[in-house]
Amino acid sequence: MGFLLFLAKRLLVLIPTFIGITLISFVVMHLAPGEPMTIQADFNPKMTPEMRERLRAQYGLDKPLMVQYATWLKGLVRLDLGRSFSADRRPVWDKIKERLPVTILINLLSMGLIFAVAIPLGVRSAVKRGSAFDHMSTVLVFVGYAAPSFWVALLLMLLFGVKLGWLPISGLHSMMGYGEMAGWEKALDWARHLVLPVLVSSIGGLAGLSRYMRSSMLEVLRQDYITTARAKGLPEKKVIYRHALRNALLPVITILGLSVPALIGGSVIFESIFAIPGIGQLMWKSVMARDYPVLMGNLVIVSVLTLLGNLLADIGYALADPRIRAQGEEGG
Amino acid sequence: MASEAQESFWSGFRRNPLAVSGLALVTVLAAVALAAPLIAPYDPSAIDTFHILEPPSLAHPCGTDTLGRDCLSRLIYGARISLFVGFVAVGIATAVGTVLGAVAGFYGGWIDTAIMRLVDVMLCFPTIFLIMAVIAFLEPSIWNIMVVIGLTGWMGVARLVRAEFLSLKGRDFVLAARISGASNARILFSHILPNAIAPVLVAATLGVGNAILTESALSFLGIGVQPPTPSWGNMLTEGKDNLEIAWWLSLYPGLAILITVLGYNLLGEGLRDALDPRSRRE
Repeated sequence: MGFLLFLAKRLLVLIPTFIGITLISFVVMHLAPGEPMTIQADFNPKMTPEMRERLRAQYGLDKPLMVQYATWLKGLVRLDLGRSFSADRRPVWDKIKERLPVTILINLLSMGLIFAVAIPLGVRSAVKRGSAFDHMSTVLVFVGYAAPSFWVALLLMLLFGVKLGWLPISGLHSMMGYGEMAGWEKALDWARHLVLPVLVSSIGGLAGLSRYMRSSMLEVLRQDYITTARAKGLPEKKVIYRHALRNALLPVITILGLSVPALIGGSVIFESIFAIPGIGQLMWKSVMARDYPVLMGNLVIVSVLTLLGNLLADIGYALADPRIRAQGEEGG
Repeated sequence: MASEAQESFWSGFRRNPLAVSGLALVTVLAAVALAAPLIAPYDPSAIDTFHILEPPSLAHPCGTDTLGRDCLSRLIYGARISLFVGFVAVGIATAVGTVLGAVAGFYGGWIDTAIMRLVDVMLCFPTIFLIMAVIAFLEPSIWNIMVVIGLTGWMGVARLVRAEFLSLKGRDFVLAARISGASNARILFSHILPNAIAPVLVAATLGVGNAILTESALSFLGIGVQPPTPSWGNMLTEGKDNLEIAWWLSLYPGLAILITVLGYNLLGEGLRDALDPRSRRE
């Protein structure tokens, strides 16, 4: 019951944040010196003032800003994000929809990798604090945090793609012979194409999270109940993995939620490098082509995704921390 | 008393080898950027069609690019761009974040709620998407990049400053200032702010590294600093296009970014440890 109340409260907070997101996006859309929807027309030499007025009316640009915002928001709620400026004139949502799964898949895989590597790394560094392992991992973390991901991507492409020829360096699957592959061969082909993108997109998060895990673990190991557990004569393994780790993991869940925007933001970079047809690549292409409806649709959709990611992190936190459940019960 | 605090700061900082190496890196890079015309072996934009895509040699330690320009010279001039963008963007972010955070923490109430809500909303945008959207409407140029990176990076500072203000505004020295008739603005800027400066300094130092990373990513994607101005990011674009034939075009600019960002991050963390005795124990 307490948990449900907590969830309801969280969902309620989402509404003003969502409105804020749409407001800022709307402001960005009106930053352009001309009007975004008619910029395309500006490049058309045959455009007469009358035609321009008709176009303005057609896009509703002659109405007051608040009315325009309301119309746009109404469309947004129904996932009607307008049509792309590109030659195909397809609805923006259709374009985003078909690319979303790939981006989400890669981000989830990266998150899994980050979790699987960063947590043991951070714990080991904390437990063996001051050891050669700790120093090594600290240096690696600093380097990993400072290395531009697109550069790491280039180096990995150079090594594994060009020099060694072990892994493909672009696309989601092979161009030739993909149609004739059996199911498991297709899966293997995808996996081979995903190795480098997933690796590249996890580096920043990996460095950040393992650093965070280390300090969180150090903080917990200083607590009195750890001393108590040790004094009781519990084996060190049990003290660390049962008593300390569970408490040290709590703040890490929050950090994971906070790292969602950076992870999604990274898609722009690795998707354009590895030619992966996700929303990051769509964003880049629409910026290059000044395809404003797609651009704005993308901006809103990724921020809503971030919002959902944060919500999931909150839920995870609540599920893991009995204190929050108790709080909810007190409130209700 | 101040000198005692300074002394403890210096002794803490000096004993941290990572922090000292960060300071050394940052100093050397600033010197390279300032002295670029003196130390660059060639003119960074001099096209030499007889020496196109030459691998590293004694004459060209970092090789030459597709137009025969000397990569080392372009790297040296690129340091100017990166540091310039980093400093200006962080300056903007710090100024905006400090003012909004100070106002929110000092006045509280609905002002605080409104500002912090704005922070929450801004944090929901993956920064690079927001920057790209704005740049698409404005035109990519070094000036736009700096302003946009600055205006999308102030939220962390605002939170920090707000927290400092919340804990400082109830202290005795603020009360004393108020009793002696100081105005709100005076209390805010000359009494509380100087005491909240340490965490801001740390955040700004770490911010420089981040801003440089963002600039290089944008330039790499073709929506940042535009060629022929040499920037480490747009040099890497050329590296990507010639990956199979000229590895040096990909290796060195990225290394330059790595070293620079590493320098600022080490310095920032070192400052944090030296300024905050609580974290030094770790």
